Amino acid sequence: MANEIYSTYPMVKYLRKEALPTALCPGCGGGTVLNAFANAIDQLKLDPKDLVVVSGIGCSAWIASPYFLADTLHTTHGRAIAFATGVKVGLPDKKVVVISGDGDLASIGGNHLLHAARRNIDITVILVNNFIYGMTGGQLAPTTPFGARTTTSPYRNIEHPLQISETIAAAGASYVARWTTAHVYQLIESIKKALNVRGFSLVEVISQCPVQYGRRNRMKEPAEMLRWFLKNSVPVSRAKNMSPEELEGKFVIGEFVNRERPEFVTELNKLIDEVQGHFGLKED
Amino acid sequence: MIIRGDEPEQLRLLRKLYKPGNYFMQGNEAVAYGALFAGCRFYAGYPITPSSEIAETMARELPKLHGYYLQMEDEIGSIAAMVGASWTGFKVMTATAGPGFSLMQENLGYAVMTETPLVLVDVQRSGPSTGQATKGAQGDFFQARWGTHGDHPIVALSPTSGQDAFWETIRAFNIAEKLRTPVVVLFDGVLAHTREQIRIPDVSEVEITYRKLPANEEEAKLPFGDPHGDGVPPMPLFGHGYFTHVTGSTHKENGLRDVYTPEVHDRLVRRIHRKIEKNREVYERYEEHFTDDAEILVVSWGVTARPALGAVLKAREEGIKAGLFVPKTVHPFPGERMRELGKRVRVILVPEMNLGQMIIEVERYVNDDVLLKGVNKIGGVPLTVKEILREIRGVA
Ligand SMILES: Cc1ncc(C[n+]2csc(CCOP(=O)(O)OP(=O)(O)O)c2C)c(N)n1
Ligand code: SF4
Repeated sequence: MANEIYSTYPMVKYLRKEALPTALCPGCGGGTVLNAFANAIDQLKLDPKDLVVVSGIGCSAWIASPYFLADTLHTTHGRAIAFATGVKVGLPDKKVVVISGDGDLASIGGNHLLHAARRNIDITVILVNNFIYGMTGGQLAPTTPFGARTTTSPYRNIEHPLQISETIAAAGASYVARWTTAHVYQLIESIKKALNVRGFSLVEVISQCPVQYGRRNRMKEPAEMLRWFLKNSVPVSRAKNMSPEELEGKFVIGEFVNRERPEFVTELNKLIDEVQGHFGLKED
Repeated sequence: MIIRGDEPEQLRLLRKLYKPGNYFMQGNEAVAYGALFAGCRFYAGYPITPSSEIAETMARELPKLHGYYLQMEDEIGSIAAMVGASWTGFKVMTATAGPGFSLMQENLGYAVMTETPLVLVDVQRSGPSTGQATKGAQGDFFQARWGTHGDHPIVALSPTSGQDAFWETIRAFNIAEKLRTPVVVLFDGVLAHTREQIRIPDVSEVEITYRKLPANEEEAKLPFGDPHGDGVPPMPLFGHGYFTHVTGSTHKENGLRDVYTPEVHDRLVRRIHRKIEKNREVYERYEEHFTDDAEILVVSWGVTARPALGAVLKAREEGIKAGLFVPKTVHPFPGERMRELGKRVRVILVPEMNLGQMIIEVERYVNDDVLLKGVNKIGGVPLTVKEILREIRGVA
């Protein structure tokens, strides 16, 4: 059955067939993200040979690897961006993409995320924010909404969620955007922009995990979660004129920054060139 | 792209920058120069005493050689970046100490499982915890061996002087490349900061090894296979269009994850062990002094091997039949040679700057009729010739 579906799916050429069908639950937003990423690659006419995709650990980490057919590096929990940093230095002409979850990239890996943005290294990060630790069974994440229930906040969450896009925009990234899985076309456009920016880019995708999050928060059906996203999404431009109280529980969507800033690997190579010149090491 | 450090350009740069001859330098600097001569062109690290001068030397010298120095946000990120860079073809190194080595353990295991060549220099300092941050010690013998989780082999070397550190660092790179595995160099804070005369050779004197690359598409499709029967798969580098999949999870020969089939895990982990066990000649190394007729054998490693040699020489002057055995590769332990020597001697003394670590490894290879005794000192000050000699005299 699965194979029939995949054989009529136009993006299947970008997938590692021997790894299909995916292990994602039916209705998981991860499928939408994979689809959006494949479409972005397709629309940009990027050769997957020019891609290296890196991920950490979690359901969302599987989107990129093993499913995407490129060089893929599936790393330890939280460290994908640090691994990707080494890859980018070695292969400055390739597109290095990190796809992973909010727990992976923003909790255990939060420090790497922050510093990669600060360095402005040319890596594209697609961060799948499903408000939960899906793979380990639905525990509290740094993104879990205030008051929500998880297996480790069974009464209610008393922590405040991290606003990832806002934080990374402030940290110095070149491009930051946030969409939900209910905004597929905007998402594809942002992934395309992010891939083409020379610098650190983050696309945060608010995504549904009906199995571990929805079920415990009165949204058992994936569609209920998508309706929740649509109903509560506020464009960045409008959010600017809203008070923190009005923004409570809302999803601010759109582009947060899109700017040029010196990029890390470019600067590193420039520095090497200068040093070579200074010490008279260049071949004449 | 620097895959091969012996490119004429690299040799030209090395020759131009580092004239052969004697220099007065720190052990840490010797490690850094060893790495540069071995072809290391990527260093990612996080400063920590007593290892920092390795990072500082690399930051200064690497750009001159078209190499990359990255100061990461922490040790976890440092070893992660190294693994990423190694898959693009770089020879990579980091240096750390105590708490930093602890932080690197998870990804050291990742490098073992994904068969990623890298060199990790642990400049041992006094612990536990932040302990005596600036003082040397030999307390990480077992952390190097068993610090990361699971069943895994490891190769660890331990230089006994600054000059030795230069050559042993080169050897560490050669082993890492040859066996596609991480190699730990157990250095220590005492030698790291000791300044002494160190000879920098001409590049022609340095033998350099490079990792096996896939000979054809077929080999490239099996990044974790064993086409040559030596347990070491050719490494398909990223960026060459092979669509290689690398994961720290249990994987099949083609790289794809399979964590459900017991045989897949068994086959993978046993091969990773086998490639280390079967290739002893690639890494096993030890030194011996007066072992032929020794009745009292001193077994020592790293920094302590030097006063140990001094003590053995003095004991010989006094007519005591003492000998010295120094494992240079401490993991896997040269057990066979240890067993042979153990049969011939009456007493074995094991001086170390810890409360007894390598002695546990020695014990596995000697019979009960040998008197086995540790000579241990902690507190950040190395053992002296006198202290070891006193122990030799005590059992003579
Ligand atoms: C060092 C370490 N700690 C904990 C884990 C267990 N673990 C695996 S996935 C995961 C959470 C993943 O959450 P997220 O990134 O949000 O991904 P999701 O599954 O929700 O897509 C955790 C804690 C691990 N693998 N490694
Ligand atoms: S547990 Fe949640 S995040 Fe994981 S695959 Fe299922 S729906 Fe998706």
